[in-house]
Amino acid sequence: MKILVAVKRVIDYNVQIRVKEDGSGVITDNVKMSTNPPDDNAMEEAVKIKELGKASEVVAVSVGDEKAQETVRKALAVGADRGILVKADGIIEPLAVSKILQKVVEKEKPDLVFMGKQAIDDDCNQTGQMLAALLNWPQATFASKIEVKDKSLEVTREIDEGLETIEVNVPAIVTCDLRLNEPRYASLPNIMKAKKKPIEQINASDLGVDTKPRIEQIKVEEPPKRKAGIKVASVEELVQKLKNEAKVI
Amino acid sequence: MSILLIAEHNNKEVKPFTLNAINAASQINEDVHVLVLGSNSDGVAKSISQIPNTKKVIHVNNPIYENYLAENYTSVIYKLSENYSHIVCSANTFGKNLMPRVAALLDVSQVSDITKVISEDTFLRPIYAGNAFATVKSNDKIKCVTIRPTSFDPAPTSGGSAEIQNSEAGEATEISKFIKKEEIKSDRPELGTARVVVSGGRGMQSGENFKLITAVADKLNAAIGASRAAVDAGYITNDHQVGQTGKVVVPDLYIAVGISGAIQHLAGMKESKVIVAINKDGEAPIFSIADYGLEADLFDALPKFLDELNKLNTIQK
Repeated sequence: MKILVAVKRVIDYNVQIRVKEDGSGVITDNVKMSTNPPDDNAMEEAVKIKELGKASEVVAVSVGDEKAQETVRKALAVGADRGILVKADGIIEPLAVSKILQKVVEKEKPDLVFMGKQAIDDDCNQTGQMLAALLNWPQATFASKIEVKDKSLEVTREIDEGLETIEVNVPAIVTCDLRLNEPRYASLPNIMKAKKKPIEQINASDLGVDTKPRIEQIKVEEPPKRKAGIKVASVEELVQKLKNEAKVI
Repeated sequence: MSILLIAEHNNKEVKPFTLNAINAASQINEDVHVLVLGSNSDGVAKSISQIPNTKKVIHVNNPIYENYLAENYTSVIYKLSENYSHIVCSANTFGKNLMPRVAALLDVSQVSDITKVISEDTFLRPIYAGNAFATVKSNDKIKCVTIRPTSFDPAPTSGGSAEIQNSEAGEATEISKFIKKEEIKSDRPELGTARVVVSGGRGMQSGENFKLITAVADKLNAAIGASRAAVDAGYITNDHQVGQTGKVVVPDLYIAVGISGAIQHLAGMKESKVIVAINKDGEAPIFSIADYGLEADLFDALPKFLDELNKLNTIQK
């Protein structure tokens, strides 16, 4: 079985987001970037399945600018066998990303495609489901447990009411929840080894995918500022304030 | 201009977030048609027809819809879509799973998780877990939109009498199969919708100490939250995690205990109506957004807090 894992380069989750003064977006220059957190879970799961002898190859793919190569390199350091970078600049909407991934899937012919359930930058939560639609594959979204069977997967999904278990035929798309596993850190020797693993570079334009955004981003603003309140001197005062002033208890 | 709204239900009752979605949809356009895909779901279709915002109910009653599978829902929605300018549903795990599959087949770029309707094609939506808000305009012919349920009031449930039209089922999927659902039965409200949330951070020092949080949460009928630091330290499971990579919550009252206020935690709770911070470090960033800050050792403060709550004659539930 071959697993393709899609990873996205995003602003690190610990960075304070700052909006550009002209309202055209958020500041990304000189900001720490990392792999989208649930994409790390997707990669970890793929590598684990390979370690169990149930997958023969794990391929990492990222869609983004030149620097997304770092994200692919990190995936190689935690266990992907090789990488693919599809170069595209500017805002690439999930619809375009899923069309690009569709082309990659047609070429690579993986049995499974894993990715995080959502990217923490645009918070769209779309790409996996869209790719599943374009390929007419089943989708197992928000996965917190994956059991690999003969020609199917049994996947436990995180849903609002609790947990749901579904069985999807292979080939399938799985989008991963943070609960799926505990992503490993890359060891120094593996980081060194990853430098020698191949990364194939493709231009999105060569795949014949139109990546022009369909959605006009009119402006990006800061959220309304929250004013600091008061410090209370005691627990008694706190309870009185909550009861009589804020009226929330 | 009509809207096709996809209802979430369990064949007996409409799920509450569908009511929020119906209200949001009627802010886009008043001609809201609600699609009910179900099995023995006449009762659901009837109750939706009584919502005054509903102009028509399209009911597809077939055993293949007994359990919700996006693969089964998609073909019916796709077939109906040509009559509509918008397809709308709630941005919870139901709608998040479904809508992109529909949008991709229609070759539409979806607008996810809107918090405000500005016009028929322009919406406000949070990005970076609410650290920024984007105003976006959809230029696709059919607009696929999911709405953040907590940002819209629920539609009223009585007074309407919309026509119920029965419609044909689509093909049953063979690539995906429902096996089981385990609903978490808890007396405690769900974290995402609770009126009160009490959260613990690294300052709790151990999983055992979370019993102090539990006691206060029991008293306030609150959900229990946690910071990523507390989850990473193994004090509590990550289904309790509030923050950018966890859940985003907007309760009436959020009590942060032993939480310093890392950016990614604030992203998940700073829209709460009233925020209380209890922390012994007076310089902790959480105090900069708290309405009421108590600089104290939580191991003294929490038991006292519970004592004071016990003294109150009444507590809102």
